[in-house]
Amino acid sequence: MKFLPFVWRNVWRRKFLTVFTLLVIVVSFLLYGLLVTLGNAFSLGVQLAGQDRLVLIHKVSLIQPLPVSYLGRLQAVPGVELATHNTWFGGVYQDPSNFFAQIAVEPEAYLAMYPEIHLPPDQLKAWLADRQGAIAGADTARRFGWKVGDRIPIQGTIWRPKSGTGDTWEFNLVGIYDAEPGFDRTNFFFRYDYLDENRTGGAGLVGWYIVRIADPSRSTEMAARFDDMFANSQAETKTTTEKGFIESFAKQIGDIATIMMWIVTVVLFSMLLIVTIVMMYVINQRTSELAVLKTLGFTNGRVMVLVLVESVAIALVGGGLGLGLAWLAVQAGDPTGGMMPTWVMLPKDVGVGLALMLGLGLLAGALPASHAMRLRIVDALRRN
Amino acid sequence: MKQVIAVTLLSLRSLPRRLSASGVAVVGIAGVVVVLVAVLSIAEGFRAVMQGTGSPDRALIMRSGADSEMTSGLAGPMTELIKQAPGIVRDGQRPLASAELFVIIDLPKRSTGTSANVPMRGVGPEAAEVRQEFSIVEGRMFTFGTNEVIVGRGAAGQFAGLDVGSEIRSGQVSWRVVGTFETDGSVSETEIWCDARTLQGAYRRGNSYQTVLARLDSPETFQQFKDELTADPQLNVQVRREDEYYAGQSTQLTTLVRIVGFGIAGLMSLGAIFGAILTMYMAVASRAREIATLRALGFNAFAVVTSVLVESLGLAALGGAAGGLLALVGFNGYQTSTINFQTFSQVAFAFRVTPQLLVMGLVFALFMGLIGGLLPALRAARLPISAALRQL
Repeated sequence: MKFLPFVWRNVWRRKFLTVFTLLVIVVSFLLYGLLVTLGNAFSLGVQLAGQDRLVLIHKVSLIQPLPVSYLGRLQAVPGVELATHNTWFGGVYQDPSNFFAQIAVEPEAYLAMYPEIHLPPDQLKAWLADRQGAIAGADTARRFGWKVGDRIPIQGTIWRPKSGTGDTWEFNLVGIYDAEPGFDRTNFFFRYDYLDENRTGGAGLVGWYIVRIADPSRSTEMAARFDDMFANSQAETKTTTEKGFIESFAKQIGDIATIMMWIVTVVLFSMLLIVTIVMMYVINQRTSELAVLKTLGFTNGRVMVLVLVESVAIALVGGGLGLGLAWLAVQAGDPTGGMMPTWVMLPKDVGVGLALMLGLGLLAGALPASHAMRLRIVDALRRN
Repeated sequence: MKQVIAVTLLSLRSLPRRLSASGVAVVGIAGVVVVLVAVLSIAEGFRAVMQGTGSPDRALIMRSGADSEMTSGLAGPMTELIKQAPGIVRDGQRPLASAELFVIIDLPKRSTGTSANVPMRGVGPEAAEVRQEFSIVEGRMFTFGTNEVIVGRGAAGQFAGLDVGSEIRSGQVSWRVVGTFETDGSVSETEIWCDARTLQGAYRRGNSYQTVLARLDSPETFQQFKDELTADPQLNVQVRREDEYYAGQSTQLTTLVRIVGFGIAGLMSLGAIFGAILTMYMAVASRAREIATLRALGFNAFAVVTSVLVESLGLAALGGAAGGLLALVGFNGYQTSTINFQTFSQVAFAFRVTPQLLVMGLVFALFMGLIGGLLPALRAARLPISAALRQL
């Protein structure tokens, strides 16, 4: 510990090199932070998927509807705690580029299914009282400047309303929901009964079902049981865990996560090379000093530790700064303005980042440190 | 000038002695260029497919209010009415227009085995005549009225079980693959085609379709054709040029990929510039005596600055070329598929490393080399001669 000031002085003896080495590390970890966040965004929040929730879709494809009558049959299965259905609306608010998901739900059941969503009780009450009521995620509400009480017109692309003008559906915004960190805060939820009564065609059909089971360890068995129930019917189902469902959907975008990992690897590897070279250079410049230290009685081990502490300190300071900057940038929100709802840096990512910093510091210091350790006093002094 | 050349040659000749440090600069810059070129080649590839789809003399008719083929719906009688509109090319009495269904079928991806939304198109007998670029490359055309299908070349490559002769089981229906087709690399090559009437039955769509694709007399008659249809009170449709419809679908993803690509490359290049500064700084520092000697001999500061800059530009060019080459060899033509969010379905495409991208990568590399070399070069020029020599 008492050698820390010594290490500190050494670090700042070569300001130019130290500053630029730090900058390289800062940029690398800024990139690391942003790339893992991007990876999270493209994996669509799979890390937050509930283990006890199963998703039932039509076996032929996601776009095929299922009959609403399945709800009662699902609820009757022992081991099912809760079941509800969702229906994709796919409407356009003002302009197609203003994309956000609109989903027709059963309000109470949906909120019970997703305790991650927080809606004030009075707003829920207002929603239950108003058939045309809808709630929006805080991110979407902020994006369009919506307030509770606003009337939101949305152009239906799939369904046209029986009444009203053309394709426009009108909703009353009765609530704005917040959610746990990382959970999608961009959705727009409205009541299924409003959709079903007012659409021309498609009555009694829903998009997909979500089922919460009592025992998550039995998910495979339960999934098979549901699919058997509806086998040989007009609408056969395919049941997966919510996690599996999101994962397979994320894979459809392409293997973005793998590409991100490759880029992170390239970046960190280049940085490792640079920091190693700088440390080698620095230690090489100090050969005679190290010899003096050894003459003064510093053991080989201690000399090695001094060098390692120096490189680890630089890695931690630079990396910490970089990751901190990345965290701040992520807090500022999704750069595309809503296309990536799960734009979040998870605690896990920070942990991995810290481990990487430590690893890089040790690796970059290893070669010069072992060099310093093996230095023979006589040789080193003579070289001078 | 002579001085400049002499000092530059001298410094370049001493490069091998500083191989490891210089190597790092080259690797760093090559890394940036690989990432930049590779990421942008994704956008290029996707754009090429989407913009290569459709023809200005074909009109796509959808229900008004639908934002894509997927959400459109047209009743059977309405499609008959549309086909009779003036302006459509006729073969004898038969208008060259195809009433189509566009749905998704859930099939496993070849690479991951996970399910993918593969687009499936039910077409009318005129479909092949409407799309002149269509041709069968393996097997034969499906027979109308049966459960036979033909598969686009891209789909056959990306999704499992679509080889000619195989059966696709989907729900209670099974489809038989009898041929593979191509359409000049357009989006259609990711699709599976079958008889629209068979598909209506399989997806319980009654007698309804989603779109009509019509071949017009010429691209110029489009406006007239469009006005005619949209003014018809019996119809409630929108009419778009087919090529414009597909080009419009590519903008969202292309923009996203470009933002991400430039963002990542921009930050990485910042790191690489700092790396280059470090490398060149160490190069200058290790040659301090040499540079001081040269200065003492009467070589001017300009020559020294130039030699450092030339070295850093040379390293950057090497890195840029290596990175471009790596991207070209590693990624050009790489077949993959992604989801087109407008239709919720897969599009197969290949990464495209274009000459423009390679040039851009090289320019980017040189820029990094220039910035990276400037600071150390000025340092070298300002080196106090006596102090540097005294270090001896």
